Amino acid sequence: MSAAIEVRGLRRVFRGRTGMFGGERVVRAVDGIGFSLAAGDVLGIVGESGCGKSTLGRVIMGLLPPSEGEVLVDGKRLDTLDRRSRARLIQPVFQDPFSSLNPRHTIEQIVGLPLAAQGDVTGRQRRERVMEMLSRVGLSAEMASRMPAQLSGGQRQRVAIARALVLRPRIVVCDEPTSALDVSVQAQILNLLAELRRELGLTYLFISHNLAVVEHIATEVAVMYLGRFVEQAPVDDLFRAPQHPYTRALLASVLTPEPGLGIPDVGLGESYPDPANIPPGCRFHPRCPIAEARCQTESPEGRRPGGRLVECLLVDGQAVSDPVRVPA
Amino acid sequence: MKPVLEVANLRVSFASGTRAVRGISLAVQRGETHCLVGESGCGKSVSSLAIMNLLARGATRSADILRFHDTDLLKLTERQMAQLRGDKLAMIFQEPMTSLNPAYTIGSQMAEALTRHRRISRAKALDRAAELLERVGITAPGMRLAQYPHQLSGGLRQRVMIAMALMCDPELLIADEPTTALDVTVQAQILRLLQTLQRELGLALLLITHDLGIVARMAQRVSVMYAGEVVESASAEALFARPTHPYTRGLLECIPIPGASRRDAPLGSIPGVVPRIGPDFKGCGFRDRCAHAAPICAEMAPLQHAAPNHDYLCRLPPDWPEAAAA
Ligand SMILES: Nc1ncnc2c1ncn2[C@@H]1O[C@H](COP(=O)(O)OP(=O)(O)OP(=O)(O)O)[C@@H](O)[C@H]1O
Ligand SMILES: Nc1ncnc2c1ncn2[C@@H]1O[C@H](COP(=O)(O)OP(=O)(O)OP(=O)(O)O)[C@@H](O)[C@H]1O
Ligand code: SF4
Ligand code: SF4
Ligand SMILES: [Mg+2]
Ligand SMILES: [Mg+2]
Repeated sequence: MSAAIEVRGLRRVFRGRTGMFGGERVVRAVDGIGFSLAAGDVLGIVGESGCGKSTLGRVIMGLLPPSEGEVLVDGKRLDTLDRRSRARLIQPVFQDPFSSLNPRHTIEQIVGLPLAAQGDVTGRQRRERVMEMLSRVGLSAEMASRMPAQLSGGQRQRVAIARALVLRPRIVVCDEPTSALDVSVQAQILNLLAELRRELGLTYLFISHNLAVVEHIATEVAVMYLGRFVEQAPVDDLFRAPQHPYTRALLASVLTPEPGLGIPDVGLGESYPDPANIPPGCRFHPRCPIAEARCQTESPEGRRPGGRLVECLLVDGQAVSDPVRVPA
Repeated sequence: MKPVLEVANLRVSFASGTRAVRGISLAVQRGETHCLVGESGCGKSVSSLAIMNLLARGATRSADILRFHDTDLLKLTERQMAQLRGDKLAMIFQEPMTSLNPAYTIGSQMAEALTRHRRISRAKALDRAAELLERVGITAPGMRLAQYPHQLSGGLRQRVMIAMALMCDPELLIADEPTTALDVTVQAQILRLLQTLQRELGLALLLITHDLGIVARMAQRVSVMYAGEVVESASAEALFARPTHPYTRGLLECIPIPGASRRDAPLGSIPGVVPRIGPDFKGCGFRDRCAHAAPICAEMAPLQHAAPNHDYLCRLPPDWPEAAAA
């Protein structure tokens, strides 16, 4: 069976000036990422702010050209397709429902635009499919003639989802689709995404900072650090037995609603990573609480101890001796 | 002790007739965190903009008290208010992109935040900016200062906003969803930094968030808003131990917790939407979604005390959760 999406050796660099003193600065925002997903899978992508998640999403969607590597959907290389065919295969849902919808268009126009761009549907067919899509995402027909400003944040995000799905793509890349929404509206949107996935057989890439949300919606989770996946595993394994020290720090930083516990300090220190200056050896070593001398020179890239990707020299595939407390 | 910020009966309405804020009261003490939570559209951002006198044209505000230390903010001219803003009284806005100017570098915007209020050289101001960027966990600050907003990731922009608000050592910081774009390790670092400033400089923090984990870990006091009103106000411990307003109870029930929620079940949510509140609205704003609504709720919702310093706006008696469980 061919994968719904396959990503091979993807890299993306940004070049720019260094501060006030000139000199070329090369940011390796995506630094060698590969994975493949079957239809219906949901890959949750979590990781530090600035580690390259949005860049990865944009490169996968073809909004930014890769510096190296390729993306295949249903076995077809995306870079060999024109924009229209690409749009039928892969669609985005972005974080900000406020700025991602054109304020001067009606909801019907917004959701109909991808269809119009395809050029091969009549006005009537278009209207029918837009109306069908709006009702699928739980918006009443009366909303079709409204402007984005007349909708709440949650309703706008439904519009963005309707627009992404109207062409019936195979893959949907969601970049923090619920972080601008409150808990209750967020739950409605996640339930909707889960339902649409089941009914339409969609495959999602789901980028989020909210680990509870990722745990809920993902089937597979990748933890990203400085441009690479440092750990990837089925969702239950990752949350129950996180292996990479960065993954463990991430899970230990979750703030559960328990008053009085304060803000945890998980010992990552203050030496934040610079994507233009990736440390040699293990890229996490300057902040790793369990680093050894060899971590400064030996690279853990591509290690799969026990069959799952964990880019850490010290993980041997046996059960970890001191799993972090997953908050109860 | 006199609060740093005192608000009584603050109201905001828009030209369209929407009553976005309907008589909220709250106080923030020196060194304290007061969290403002509530459903999308309930009036949290509008309340904070009203305090800062930054409401959109056509909006009107009124209040019985709006005081920063001894200064009556209702009496200030726009010029006097502009002098306070970004200096002793700082704000982090909900949408970083709307408050960063795409045409200027991060450095020039941050330096300006300081030179506008202090007699200080641009070079010194840039040093201060670099120092604060490091404190919010941004490496190579010199390089970041030379960049434009679009060259930063969402979380970097958000941290720039936080650093910028701290340029003048504010006494009161109003932070509207300041960490939504950050991963949990960076979020923890920012929250620890804010706590340090509270300890060292007595920073008073009005923190708007929909993350109840942050509320539990940061707040001394919490005000829960719904449809333009504060429907429950209590200490953080009391609120989590004994949520009394039906909306607060619903809210606490939909928190997903990693490792503890059932994946196959749909996430909890409160069905229904917030009503549009016009000039003639009366009664309880939550009644369309409340399982305990009674005819009287269409008329009024009284302010009651669940305990000293724990108030709620609802007809139900304080012990109703136990009565309902029995
Ligand atoms: N157009 C650009 N020019 C230069 N550098 C860029 C550009 N876009 C992104 N970068 C850099 O690439 C790195 C990764 O950015 P990206 O937006 O992918 O991060 P992210 O993981 O999505 O972060 P966040 O969680 O904060 O959204 C950052 O260091 C960022 O500054
Ligand atoms: N400029 C405006 N003109 C008219 N109505 C407005 C304006 N700004 C806000 N509103 C309305 O005021 C109400 C309160 O909005 P506000 O932005 O304060 O909500 P919020 O509690 O901050 O929500 P969120 O959690 O989504 O940020 C909403 O019904 C909103 O539609
Ligand atoms: S390889 Fe070494 S530095 Fe890297 S994560 Fe493992 S223990 Fe830490
Ligand atoms: S006043 Fe009535 S409708 Fe409002 S929260 Fe209380 S019981 Fe529910
Ligand atoms: Mg991003
Ligand atoms: Mg708001």
